[in-house]
Amino acid sequence: MTKRQKIDIAVIIATAIGLFILLIVPVDNSVKIFPYIAIYLLIGYEILFKAGRNIINGEIFDENFLMSIATIGAFAIAEYPEAVSVMLFYRVGEFFQDYVLDKSRKSISKLVDIKQDYANVDVNGELIKKDPHEINVGDIIYVKPGERIPLDGVIVDGSSSVDASALTGESMPKDMTKGDSVLSGCINLSGLLVIKVEKPYTDSNASKILELVEYASAKKARTEKFITRFARIYTPVVVIAAAILAVLPPLLVQDVSFKDWIHRALIFLVVSCPCALVISIPLGFFGGIGRASKRGILVKGGNHLENMALVDTIVFDKTGTLTEGSFEVSQIVPRNSTKEELLRVCAHAESFSNHPITESIIKMYGKEPDTRKARNVEEIAGHGIKAIFEDELVLVGNDKLMQKHGIKYDSVDEVGTVVHAAKGSVYLGYVVVSDKIKPDSKSAVENLKKGGVRNLVLLTGDSEKTAVHVAKEIGISNVYSSLLPQDKVSIVEKLLEGMGKKKTLSFVGDGMNDAPVLMRADVGIAMGALGSDSAIEAADIVIMDDKPSKIPEAIRIAKKTVRIVKQNITIALFVKILVLLLGAFGFANMWAAVFADVGVSIITILNAVRVYKGY
Amino acid sequence: MRKTLTLQNLGCASCADKMERRISKIDGVISASISFAAQKLFLEVEEGKFEKVVEKAQQVCRKIEPDCRIVY
Repeated sequence: MTKRQKIDIAVIIATAIGLFILLIVPVDNSVKIFPYIAIYLLIGYEILFKAGRNIINGEIFDENFLMSIATIGAFAIAEYPEAVSVMLFYRVGEFFQDYVLDKSRKSISKLVDIKQDYANVDVNGELIKKDPHEINVGDIIYVKPGERIPLDGVIVDGSSSVDASALTGESMPKDMTKGDSVLSGCINLSGLLVIKVEKPYTDSNASKILELVEYASAKKARTEKFITRFARIYTPVVVIAAAILAVLPPLLVQDVSFKDWIHRALIFLVVSCPCALVISIPLGFFGGIGRASKRGILVKGGNHLENMALVDTIVFDKTGTLTEGSFEVSQIVPRNSTKEELLRVCAHAESFSNHPITESIIKMYGKEPDTRKARNVEEIAGHGIKAIFEDELVLVGNDKLMQKHGIKYDSVDEVGTVVHAAKGSVYLGYVVVSDKIKPDSKSAVENLKKGGVRNLVLLTGDSEKTAVHVAKEIGISNVYSSLLPQDKVSIVEKLLEGMGKKKTLSFVGDGMNDAPVLMRADVGIAMGALGSDSAIEAADIVIMDDKPSKIPEAIRIAKKTVRIVKQNITIALFVKILVLLLGAFGFANMWAAVFADVGVSIITILNAVRVYKGY
Repeated sequence: MRKTLTLQNLGCASCADKMERRISKIDGVISASISFAAQKLFLEVEEGKFEKVVEKAQQVCRKIEPDCRIVY
């Protein structure tokens, strides 16, 4: 407990005792007014002081001012015990409110904090803890077992198993050894690691992810914008209503007491404080963002959580998203040449490309292609590669490329990507490259359907045969195949047109070259993005590892967050309006009003905590 | 220039909203957003104006919530 909190408690207890004594001592109220003023000042001086200072600063309608007017008003109509007890309850409520607010902020921050606040360095043969901000690129740091890796770097000595669960949500540790790159935020489990630092602390992975998550909590969701805007007009409206309530009825109606209506107006003033409405909403969204990040799902704003909760169509890119994206050559069929020759031509033409398909062919070739041999290499999107190799025009690509250049080719009906090759005008044959479906793709699709996603769509540049095969295997019926990159955008746009109101479309890709589609969708999800800045940049939601099963999980977290946020808005509005109505008709007292202010804000904060607890 | 600053003792959510709107209007600020939950102020400021902007932002915060401090 801080010193400040101790003083608060002392003041609260002293006031409570004083109030109790004054209530039971049988002396006339006109005598008691002085001790009442004394304890009122004891409990209220801080609020009064702040109110005064804020008025000088030109800030009216703040909580301190409203509470001051309400309690001074109670004094004015000789309701001394009420004035003191309302201030007392307000302070008690504020005390608890600050306590739960602080606690829940800290626990979410702990949830998302993956930074290590020191790094071990060798100073004359002794390991010394140093502020990681002071470590430079190229410095050597030591990470002991059980410690978190503070900065990104390369292992120069030692080997260990490393737990990346803080980044990906997956607890399966990875074995790392000399030469491997390690990311900050991972935990070193077993052996001492000696790491050469490659990025300064502020550019290291852990700092960047933490900053992204915190920045996400500053981007307001629609609900949050609505409620802050509502709060802006709520307070002045209720204060004006209070003024009318205090003045009009006694003037218009005969035989009513001024005192009674002023009392009702004071209740309005207490209820008019806006904070109970607003305080739990950002906390709820931050809780959802934090909860997701703990599972390796980075959500870049509360608005994306809201959209994710409304998802009814999900469009998947196939390669690297639902399939591994690691290709293997499954067939080599030479025509007018040998297997060796076919692979040699393909590998050389593709030696400048880093597409996963070409990489698998080069791997199959088994030798390093001589990059000097291929000239005028041209990659034609959606077709393949054109190059000059050994003084002849070489074509390596799909059916379309062969057709374009009038090469007679075998029409192949195989599962996988078919890569044809031609040299000069001679057809050399084809290679089939295929991709594996990820182990959890099928269960992810099942869970999405169960979770209420109406329409699942698969997009791919691959042939129809392969696309249908993959789609069938995992349970998606809506397939678009043989697409060029720009086709993907137009399909997503068409699907968006057919969407109902209050429904959203999400596109899931690997974030490498689908930025335009990611941007166009209501929620762009990039997968397997750990360490890839460009994918993180383009997407709204980033799944750090490459597991499709994280998508239904993200939807669950989003729905839970939105549900709890809406509950909180309902609770706060309901109680406030109820107390206002009861107060206007003379059925509510000041204590109910204080409850409608701080009591409600405590309840909603505690409710918001459920977003990231007890999953 | 982008910078993330911590707002200590940010206790009131509608005050955070008020601060955000006023800090956005300070000369030299390209964008300003406050996370009430994380107690952070994210500032994007024109080159060379950072010191001045932070000074003014501190005044704004103190005016709205007297205990609130900007730390960096």
